Amino acid sequence: MTGLSLTYPGDRSARAVRLSWGLMAALVGASLLALGLGAASVSLPGVVGDLLAGRGVAPQDQLVLMQIRLPRLVLGLLIGAALGVSGALMQGLFRNPLADPGLVGVGAGAGLGAVLAIVLGGAVAVSVPLAAFLGAWGAVVLLYRVATRGGQTSVAVLLLAGIALAALAGAATGVLVYLADDRQLRDLTFWSMGSLGGASWAKCLWAGAFILPVLVLAPRLGAGLNALALGEAAARQIGHPVERIKTLTVLAVAAATGAATAAAGGIGFIGIVVPHLLRLASGPDHRRLLPNAALLGAALLVLADTGARLIVAPAELPIGILTALLGAPVFLWILLRQARWEG
Amino acid sequence: MIRLALAVALSVAPVIAAPAMAEPSRIVVLGGTAAEIVAALGAQDRLVARDSTSTFPESLTALPDLGYLRALSPEGVLSAAPDLILAEAGAGPAEAVEVLKAAGLPYVTVPEGYAPEAVAAKISVIGAALGAETAAAALAGQVEAGLAEARAKAAPISPKKRVLFILSLQGGKVMAGGEGSAAEAIIALAGGVNAATGFQGYKPMTEEAVLAAAPDAILMMDRSGRGAVIPEEVMALPALAASPAVQSGAVIRMDGLKLLGFGPRTPEAAAELRAALYGA
Repeated sequence: MTGLSLTYPGDRSARAVRLSWGLMAALVGASLLALGLGAASVSLPGVVGDLLAGRGVAPQDQLVLMQIRLPRLVLGLLIGAALGVSGALMQGLFRNPLADPGLVGVGAGAGLGAVLAIVLGGAVAVSVPLAAFLGAWGAVVLLYRVATRGGQTSVAVLLLAGIALAALAGAATGVLVYLADDRQLRDLTFWSMGSLGGASWAKCLWAGAFILPVLVLAPRLGAGLNALALGEAAARQIGHPVERIKTLTVLAVAAATGAATAAAGGIGFIGIVVPHLLRLASGPDHRRLLPNAALLGAALLVLADTGARLIVAPAELPIGILTALLGAPVFLWILLRQARWEG
Repeated sequence: MIRLALAVALSVAPVIAAPAMAEPSRIVVLGGTAAEIVAALGAQDRLVARDSTSTFPESLTALPDLGYLRALSPEGVLSAAPDLILAEAGAGPAEAVEVLKAAGLPYVTVPEGYAPEAVAAKISVIGAALGAETAAAALAGQVEAGLAEARAKAAPISPKKRVLFILSLQGGKVMAGGEGSAAEAIIALAGGVNAATGFQGYKPMTEEAVLAAAPDAILMMDRSGRGAVIPEEVMALPALAASPAVQSGAVIRMDGLKLLGFGPRTPEAAAELRAALYGA
């Protein structure tokens, strides 16, 4: 990325670096919790001890750890990181702290795709994740084409067309919901509340194929998004390829959120709350915010999922309930704090 | 990594499965009708966990609840340490079922169906899995005889009453059981005719369609607590107030699982509904 890097009054980059280390430690802790706790009683220290001593691991323990908890942990890390980074990217692109991937039609598109696959699943043999992913991509590509005129993408048109598209997808979803039978309705409800319950290595593989490149690419958009905060004209004048930054940001969000929603359904609030918390803690510099958002998003989602698995064990709660239950009050608290500072 | 773990899981599978083949003693049952059949075969004491739809006989509710049939957690199911998983065909999500099938435990799928023949198929699959073929054959024979009797008694009834099955009321809107629904099947078995036609499964009906249906009787599930459909509420609906059903007070309530489950109690449900419609 070319262009000047900006410095801020009261530079908090040292603090952000310390925060990164703290978040990594939290991530490791959350991962160990997720591996060690669950409805089945598997002693993680016991299994590690057995492995170190060269003894075999009981097949049941091996199954629970290798085929259930580990893929679920990996999927949770990928999706949490994807949602955190996508939220930070969107808020940077729209220069609005309330933006989330829903604004570019990802949620509405993925939802329509999932509903199509669930309701017409018998007629067209498309899996729900694939349909959700295609829906998300279709929506973003359509919006992007609508908002791009003569090589210039208008963020305002993107936003407004996104609202129209979401309404349209909502209506189409409504028609399909009407056609759905009792069981399909239940499936739809559970899909919309999100779950990591269907985690498998195959799912990790294809979700990772879309999410990992975004995680690598996103921090490199940081300097450009910092410049965009000054406005598009200013960013262009100090030498940033504004159109390229916008295109890459939208594509990154579509890939990451599309894959995340396809793999785990609708999981809300991670994308909004994570960047907010981080800006409060270490400032708005996107070069630090983006990697930290990945770390915090992953840690929070893995923790929430561990809670979802434990609270009503041996059954489990849809994770979207937990993220909204935890996320909404935190979000309100942030707003109230900001209002107090500004008022 | 995946291959290795799978290979290990598969190679130990026969070791776990072999002793279990004879007489599974720790059974997880997923699905209300399957649970009912297990209990009817006298194997209830071998159950260790159930899903949230398995509520009959009532003593089953004392078992750990693994959650809703379509939103199972594989680890939750395995935590019950089962040596047999008996699941109705609708169990899910598909990924959870895949993990459970790969767990090297006997996983038996109980077929679904609302046709009277499907009941015997369900019973024989479960009987074979439990190692209780003799009891299953007896139960299946008994249920088939009951169903044959129900059909024999339903056939000569004329004129047949038109029955509207109301699943729920959504803000005064009637959610009715249409063509191909379990409700239609049990109404036919009891000698009635489904009054709700022109759509598949359970759908909200417009008031005018309800009016035109003019049912002779209204059938509902007998649920206690919140969410239950109250007969008074149904009878007060303008679209139904003039119907023969409300005029004659023919509002029938029956236990949902018994009415729509298509299990061992289906002959009983058909007889009960026939009695409610036509008198003994």
